[in-house]
Amino acid sequence: MMKLVRHRLFWPLMALVALLVLNILKNPGFGRITVRDGHMYGALVDILRQSAPLMLVALGMTLVIATRGIDLSVGAIMAVSGAVALTIIDSSDHPGDMSTVLIAIVVAMLVSLILGAWNGFLVSVLGIQPIVATLVLMLAGRGVALLITGGRITTVNSEPYKFVASGYLFLIPFAFIIALAAIAVIALLERRTALGVLTEAVGINPEASRLAGVRSRGIVWGAYIASGVLSGIAGVMYASNIMAADANAAGYLIELYAILAVVLGGTSLMGGKFSIAGTVIGVFTVQTLGSTILFLGVPSAQSPVFFAVVVILVVLVQSPRVHRWGKSVGQRMRSGPRTPAEGTKEVAA
Amino acid sequence: MTTTTETTSTAKPGAAHLVSAFTTRHASWLPTFAAVAILVVLLAGAQIRFGNFITPGNMSALLLDNAFLMVLAVGMTFVILTAGIDLSVGSVMAFTGILGASMLASGVPTIVVIPTMLLSGAAIGLLIGVLVQYFNVQPFIASLAGLFLGRGLAYVVSLSSIRVEDPAVLWLQGTRMRVGDWYITPTGILALVVVVIGALVLQFTRFGRTIYAVGGSESSARLMGLNVARAKVLAYVISGLCGGLAGLILTAFSGAGYPRNGIGTELDVIAVVVIGGTLLTGGRGYVLGSMIGVFVFGVIKAIISFMGAEQSWMQIIVGALLLLFIVVQRAIVSRTSRTG
Repeated sequence: MMKLVRHRLFWPLMALVALLVLNILKNPGFGRITVRDGHMYGALVDILRQSAPLMLVALGMTLVIATRGIDLSVGAIMAVSGAVALTIIDSSDHPGDMSTVLIAIVVAMLVSLILGAWNGFLVSVLGIQPIVATLVLMLAGRGVALLITGGRITTVNSEPYKFVASGYLFLIPFAFIIALAAIAVIALLERRTALGVLTEAVGINPEASRLAGVRSRGIVWGAYIASGVLSGIAGVMYASNIMAADANAAGYLIELYAILAVVLGGTSLMGGKFSIAGTVIGVFTVQTLGSTILFLGVPSAQSPVFFAVVVILVVLVQSPRVHRWGKSVGQRMRSGPRTPAEGTKEVAA
Repeated sequence: MTTTTETTSTAKPGAAHLVSAFTTRHASWLPTFAAVAILVVLLAGAQIRFGNFITPGNMSALLLDNAFLMVLAVGMTFVILTAGIDLSVGSVMAFTGILGASMLASGVPTIVVIPTMLLSGAAIGLLIGVLVQYFNVQPFIASLAGLFLGRGLAYVVSLSSIRVEDPAVLWLQGTRMRVGDWYITPTGILALVVVVIGALVLQFTRFGRTIYAVGGSESSARLMGLNVARAKVLAYVISGLCGGLAGLILTAFSGAGYPRNGIGTELDVIAVVVIGGTLLTGGRGYVLGSMIGVFVFGVIKAIISFMGAEQSWMQIIVGALLLLFIVVQRAIVSRTSRTG
């Protein structure tokens, strides 16, 4: 039992379960899933479907954070990728063709790959701080996206493209299948090869890992490229969901929600040890919290207050000072009543 | 090896020697000089291109339009000098602005409203500072909580914009003190006063020097017996206070409080501070540099609207400038760390 509680994913998972239970208590219909003409319906299915873009972005963010970095440009890359895809479909003669849509998606992903590689170049080759290096693209990216769409909100009508975000495959939302595939690929690459260990080594101590013969440059660069490509897919998905390329709204604040999801999942922002399962749990927690807030009748604009409280609680729980307080309280409770002098001595020790 | 090249270069007579002596002695001012150079080039280029760019009216408008940005940049400079970052400034500005507008609309006297705006900004700054200093939360995450909090609270106060009809607040914006064709508004004066106070505090007070010491090396500063905790928390409080003041200025400027104000402003402010020559690694930079950064930002914006180009170019150009400056800074840091 203790072992289960000590597991580092225990508390993140408990938070998610608590949120779900709260929702089901408030509205028993929340947990119901119905199947109608090949689609699954229900609040939980909606959460799975809506969490897909955040899941992709957060997976990339996990890798970047594991290398002691951070990628602020994910939202901007989403905007660019969505703008590229929709502009290609919009300007083609056959917007409904499968081939047009495929070309659009591939080009959008290539552009995101280049943007990710650019971030990685600044960080790993020029040695610029990750926050600043990715800030450049975060600022400039949305401008680029606006230029691509000509400052308008490009809208298209294309059935195959719509399928990306709104389609169903084997009853399951297609967007969630893409997210699952991304989780599987990342988990296999990082956990079934040495890549994950090497990434953690670079994040824990870049200098020591370099001396041990780890080629940190390629690993760091790769993490930013992965983050770029995953954000690109998320951008394609976002644009497909609303069937429009909105350069200002696409991926707005998603970098912050993604970082929050990664931190909720127990990956430290100091780099090193990362947990893909933790990030998955974190993403579901963030998404469920968002739905819960809406569900409780709070205007969506006011939901940041709740997120602020969550961020503060999470960082407080993780902070060493609170750990010390918790420990000293625990010790005092276990060893029964004592004189205050002894109690303070213990805290000092 | 580097030492030998250094000695040969100092032995060289003439202009090259003067330049190298100047750049080594004033290495920390170099990025700021670069910003001044860019500002001059931009102004000269715009004047040649348009012929009527440098007019008293235009130049006065530059200060008027960017007064709130300048106030935010001063606060951000304090935080970045301690090697921190404050993402909350834009939403703090929105929150204090809408809070003030809503209090004024419900008839609270101005003399109460303005201090409340400043204090609520400072309170969010204090929260961030305490999280950073006493709970070891990274500044990025702590100020992220501040960002969410400010934005959410702004919407809690009001979901739509509130007009301000208070004469005292409108006076801040409406008054034009003229010297010939030049003019300045009380908001512009406020911004300049904040810059001067910020510069003096950083240069000449014990607290200001502690800020630089903390940014240079926090553990060394602590071992020297400096009050690191107080300096770091105060830096965030100052940034929050500046956020509150910027909220007042922006409310006066737009004649209304609006909860969607200042979305993305934190990025502009960080970019402006970096362009002004403050190093994001902390310990180096000047409030006056940040002021130059604001002017560079303002001039680019003015040029774009002169050309009638799309404002999306603004984001791209600021991003490119930011890139240029961090690469320059990177070069300077690696050079001084080799010689020093």
